[in-house]
Amino acid sequence: MRHWGRWVASAIVLFIVAVIVYSVVNNPRFQWGVVGDFLFDPRIVRGARVTLELTFLAMLIGIVLGVVLAVMRLSPSPLISGLSSFYIWFFRGTPVLVQILFWQFVGALYPKISIGVPFGGHVFASASANHLITPFVAGLLGLGLNEGAYMAEIVRAGILSVDEGQTEAASSLGMRRILTLRRVVLPQAMRVIIPPTGNETISMLKTSSLVSVIAYPELLYSAQLIYSVNFKTIPLLIVAAIWYLFFTSILSIGQYYIERHYARGTSGQVNRRDLAQVMANAMRFRHESGGIP
Amino acid sequence: MLRAEAVHKSFGRLEVLKGVSLELQAGEVMCMLGPSGSGKSTFLRCINHLEKIDGGRLWVDGSLVGYRQEGDKLYELRESEVAQKRAEIGMVFQRFNLFPHMTALENVIEAPTHVLGVGKATAVAEAKTLLDRVGLADKIDTYPAQLSGGQQQRVAIARALAMKPKLMLFDEPTSALDPELVGDVLEAMRQLARDGMTMVVVTHEIGFAREAGDTLVFMDEGVIVESGPPREVLANPRHDRTRAFLSKVL
Repeated sequence: MRHWGRWVASAIVLFIVAVIVYSVVNNPRFQWGVVGDFLFDPRIVRGARVTLELTFLAMLIGIVLGVVLAVMRLSPSPLISGLSSFYIWFFRGTPVLVQILFWQFVGALYPKISIGVPFGGHVFASASANHLITPFVAGLLGLGLNEGAYMAEIVRAGILSVDEGQTEAASSLGMRRILTLRRVVLPQAMRVIIPPTGNETISMLKTSSLVSVIAYPELLYSAQLIYSVNFKTIPLLIVAAIWYLFFTSILSIGQYYIERHYARGTSGQVNRRDLAQVMANAMRFRHESGGIP
Repeated sequence: MLRAEAVHKSFGRLEVLKGVSLELQAGEVMCMLGPSGSGKSTFLRCINHLEKIDGGRLWVDGSLVGYRQEGDKLYELRESEVAQKRAEIGMVFQRFNLFPHMTALENVIEAPTHVLGVGKATAVAEAKTLLDRVGLADKIDTYPAQLSGGQQQRVAIARALAMKPKLMLFDEPTSALDPELVGDVLEAMRQLARDGMTMVVVTHEIGFAREAGDTLVFMDEGVIVESGPPREVLANPRHDRTRAFLSKVL
């Protein structure tokens, strides 16, 4: 028989899978019935919506900030480029969990937040920090500002991947630096920027669960609130996991179509095999710190 | 149209241009010949300030390149002023440098619409005329990756012409092409020369230099070794270095 080794390996793998499936289905402690009861519980659905909101707003902050920081980093001015490096060093060098907690307790540092002329000048508007920095805002700031540092490096790598001849051609046509960046460099950099940004978004979806530490009812904390009352810990964690998996799958499919869009004009079109790759990436386990792999 | 006076340029310790002086009248075609590393491409890039010169003076159409003179002092122009000057000078590169994410037509209308503020409809109409002139009327919606090198270079020429430049610079425009594709590009350039465009062409195409050029400049080691009418220089080179170079390429 040809490929007998492959047959043996397949048989072993199938056997192991069968054992696991059997135990998962027949272990009553999984309480699949409870999972079903809570999957569409209004509190869970609301938490899932909050997780989506947090993810998209934090990524929005991260991407905008990332582009600005990347452009600053590549500026000929050492002050501007240094400022960007400092930001990236600081926000990448401290855990995002610490940053979220920090924003939650920023009121201890600055009890009042005001807009006005600095160095003791006229104040136009002022509010209490505890009033302004709600847990949602603290979570968003923690996640978004941290993401900005990672996105800055991704965008910078993308910009550097574009051939210098492109910038030269654009300059020779009288295009200025910012116009060149917007019309020529960034659209080409997108092909390099999109795949890791997709990974970052998927990672952010899961990292947003850290906001549970400041007691904001996103998906995980909503589940925790329920099991702290009914003690159905495992089923509720499974409910949360199912929602996370559902969202990451949707995001992966979206990423496939965005990548295909930005691959136009190149011979290496995204093909079906890449879709499989994207799905595999989504399933890949990533560490909670949201770092670049 | 173009005047250079003792132009110097160094990259770190390496002195690439050691005092280049020349003059080119409007409507003339100047071909620059020389071994690689002789500084001819660098000189070309100085003309539209892609490289800053370290010494000497360079004028295009009566105004200094990259600087403004007040009394005895030179002031570097702001980015917007440099860009404005560059818009008047077309450049064609060895590696084409087309924008790969845009179709041929989009490549050609990009700068007119975004730099000169030409209306889209007008720009498209002009771009179609230009692409037709270089023989690519049927390729307007094609992306660069699907074009041959020769076709890409002709789109690049159309893209530069769309800015209605006063002066066109060609940096070895046929060096990256397969031999059988060179002809179409040279033909487009000959056509341009016949139409009275002022051109500086860095090239290894001796035939083109002989037929289309008004002046031939031979450069070696950062200086102009000799220059004159192409037929004369090619038939009776006065300098040993020119003779040695021509004997290798002819």
